[in-house]
Amino acid sequence: MSENQKQIDKPTVAEPPEGVSGQGFFATSFEKAVGLARKNSLWPLPFATSCCGIEFMATMGAHYDLARFGSERLSFSPRQSDLLMVMGTVAKKMGPVLREVYIQMAEPKWVIAVGACASSGGIFDTYSVMQGIDRVIPVDVYVPGCPPRPEQIIDGLMKIQELAGNESLRRRHSQEYEDLMKKYEIE
Amino acid sequence: MAIDLDTDYWDKDVVRSEEPKEYNTLNVGPTHPATHGVFQNVMLMDGEFIVSTEQTIGYIHRAFEKIAERRPFYQITPLTDRLNYCSSPINNMGWHMTVEKLLGIETPKRVDYLRIVIMELARIADHIICNSVIGVDSGALTGFTYIFQDREYIYEIYEEICGARLTTNMGRIGGFERNFSDKAWTKIRHFLKTFPAHLKEFETLLARNRIFMDRTINVGPFPADRALAYGFTGPNLRACGVDYDVRVMNPYCSYEEFDFIVPIGQNGDTYDRFMVRQEEMKQSMHIIEQAIAKLDKMEDKETYYASDPRFVLPPKEKVYNNMEALIWHFKIVMGETDIPVGEVYHCVEAANGELGFYLVSDGGRTPSRLHFRRPCFIFYQAYPEMVKGNMLSDAILTMSSMNVIAGELDA
Amino acid sequence: MFPIIPERNQLVVSKLIDQFGDAIESHELLKDMLCITVSKEVIHEVLLFLRDEKEMQFNFLTTLCGMHYPEKEQLGVVYHLHSFVNNHRIRIKTATDIKNPVFATATTIWPAANWMERETYDFYGILFEGHPNLVRILNMDDMTDFPMRKEFPLEDQTREDKDDSMFGR
Repeated sequence: MSENQKQIDKPTVAEPPEGVSGQGFFATSFEKAVGLARKNSLWPLPFATSCCGIEFMATMGAHYDLARFGSERLSFSPRQSDLLMVMGTVAKKMGPVLREVYIQMAEPKWVIAVGACASSGGIFDTYSVMQGIDRVIPVDVYVPGCPPRPEQIIDGLMKIQELAGNESLRRRHSQEYEDLMKKYEIE
Repeated sequence: MAIDLDTDYWDKDVVRSEEPKEYNTLNVGPTHPATHGVFQNVMLMDGEFIVSTEQTIGYIHRAFEKIAERRPFYQITPLTDRLNYCSSPINNMGWHMTVEKLLGIETPKRVDYLRIVIMELARIADHIICNSVIGVDSGALTGFTYIFQDREYIYEIYEEICGARLTTNMGRIGGFERNFSDKAWTKIRHFLKTFPAHLKEFETLLARNRIFMDRTINVGPFPADRALAYGFTGPNLRACGVDYDVRVMNPYCSYEEFDFIVPIGQNGDTYDRFMVRQEEMKQSMHIIEQAIAKLDKMEDKETYYASDPRFVLPPKEKVYNNMEALIWHFKIVMGETDIPVGEVYHCVEAANGELGFYLVSDGGRTPSRLHFRRPCFIFYQAYPEMVKGNMLSDAILTMSSMNVIAGELDA
Repeated sequence: MFPIIPERNQLVVSKLIDQFGDAIESHELLKDMLCITVSKEVIHEVLLFLRDEKEMQFNFLTTLCGMHYPEKEQLGVVYHLHSFVNNHRIRIKTATDIKNPVFATATTIWPAANWMERETYDFYGILFEGHPNLVRILNMDDMTDFPMRKEFPLEDQTREDKDDSMFGR
């Protein structure tokens, strides 16, 4: 009982990365510090097209608060966001719009495909629906579900946080990343 | 307020220049925080006022009508879920009633009352979204966070009944898949007790708020005769002053036994649409209370499906224990039943208006043609006429108060 | 079920036959709705007559959809009308040859028909004479086929990752 009390009273802080600490200083590599800062302040761009968008509204609500993961400010402008959350079916007519939004985002950027329709076309195997957004943009995390529960969306966000926290500083300039962009014909 | 761009002018002392006006084009959408869904408006603007707007939809066209020609009747229910996904159970029940009309199945009274409870809960859920989002679009974000808690509660009720939160796929042709559990009834009664206070709290934030009233009164008004000519139904039409409600005019599912008011507005502006939806939520609560009272009075507390073995899937306990139920289950799923040839049109009062299903069957396992009469698709046509001459921020509020859902717009 | 009022159905049929004669090809009561088939030349006049005639007053166009009859090689249009004054619903059907599907538009009678006719054109290729802006509405603008016709396949034909034999097509 008293231990619980202690846990409630003392605020929890994030785990520090590996490093050397001493009297009044803590030294770690730049990558890890930047990763820690980035992963706890990912600003999402909610690209909500259909039903998964309503589950996202529930995730943003007070019950399954997404803001406690650092995604406090939703920006609808691609220039000011880090994480593109594509939620819902993307039709072929919408594909060029999605590509434009992705291209306008500044590096580093991550993409999370929420829902079955964004991951692979979902239940709509038709002539007008794009069978997965990874046909036009590179995707980092796929969250399955139709629609996924808010807990699953938060789990997807936590996986993006893992990716962002452990990313090498040179990744966006590496040959592998350039090949990936070339594959999608994004300059 | 709308102004006449040729004659009205703000400051009568200013000399109007003789140069021709220059209009500029503004592209609103398809990805835009205020459009709830993906549709595009290219607006021709004279400064802050809108001269005309050109709409493009189809950014989420998923070809429901084509898919429906390939699926047996019970597999089309998940498709109907995704029409107006904010209130999926109404779409599900409407579809089941259409098929029951074609097959000639009579549902028992208890199933009707259970359906009414669920449909009214779904109507409340949809109106919660619409009204809170009108607040968000005019800058009042608090109401959204407060009232969404009740939507979470309605999700919990859905989960008790069918297992899913949003796209429910609820019910079967002829009834439900299982009886409502005691936990579901506890939750429904708890909701009825606590929701009126929350709704009152939400209403005090907005309904008599000076800023909200200034932003919504006389914004996007629409006369009743134009609304009828444009095919408006539902709260948008009732805000214009026409009291057309499918539940009253062509009652289905025993609605004629219930006593409720149909609220109407005066001039069809945004404030009227907001207040009509508020009042409809209260009337839905009243209907649910009456339905629960009727259900409590009935002695039979076990029936939850119509007893027509040719078309109604038997419950799983019977299928695993009883030979006839197993055979009927096999026949229905494999498509060996004799579906009658014919065509029916059935409509329900969805949260946005009259949601109709036109089903043509040629005797096969799948429909020959299924057409959805989608209210959003029909009333969104009138949007250019509603916003002509208004300012951009008023146009955004008009769009959000009409409750256009992209899934229903494009299907 | 919609209320079946035999006198009202009889009134509509008799008035239409008096006015248009042979152009009213057939009529029957299907389940609970009177269903009248008219020939395509008079469809505009029939709809106008139904809206304006004092005793019928079908002031509301509920919906308008297209149909494809592959065995007769015809394309058709189905109108559902609703009279608020008399609480009466009827269904009007027309059909024409698939090689030249042209009908008169209903937008001058009810502006609600605007997008409904565009959708019908988009799905079936049915042309409506007099429509202010008959272009595709839901599908992509550069599409050349009419997807709701029965011979058009549902699935995307350009995808290469799904094996038809495994998916039961």
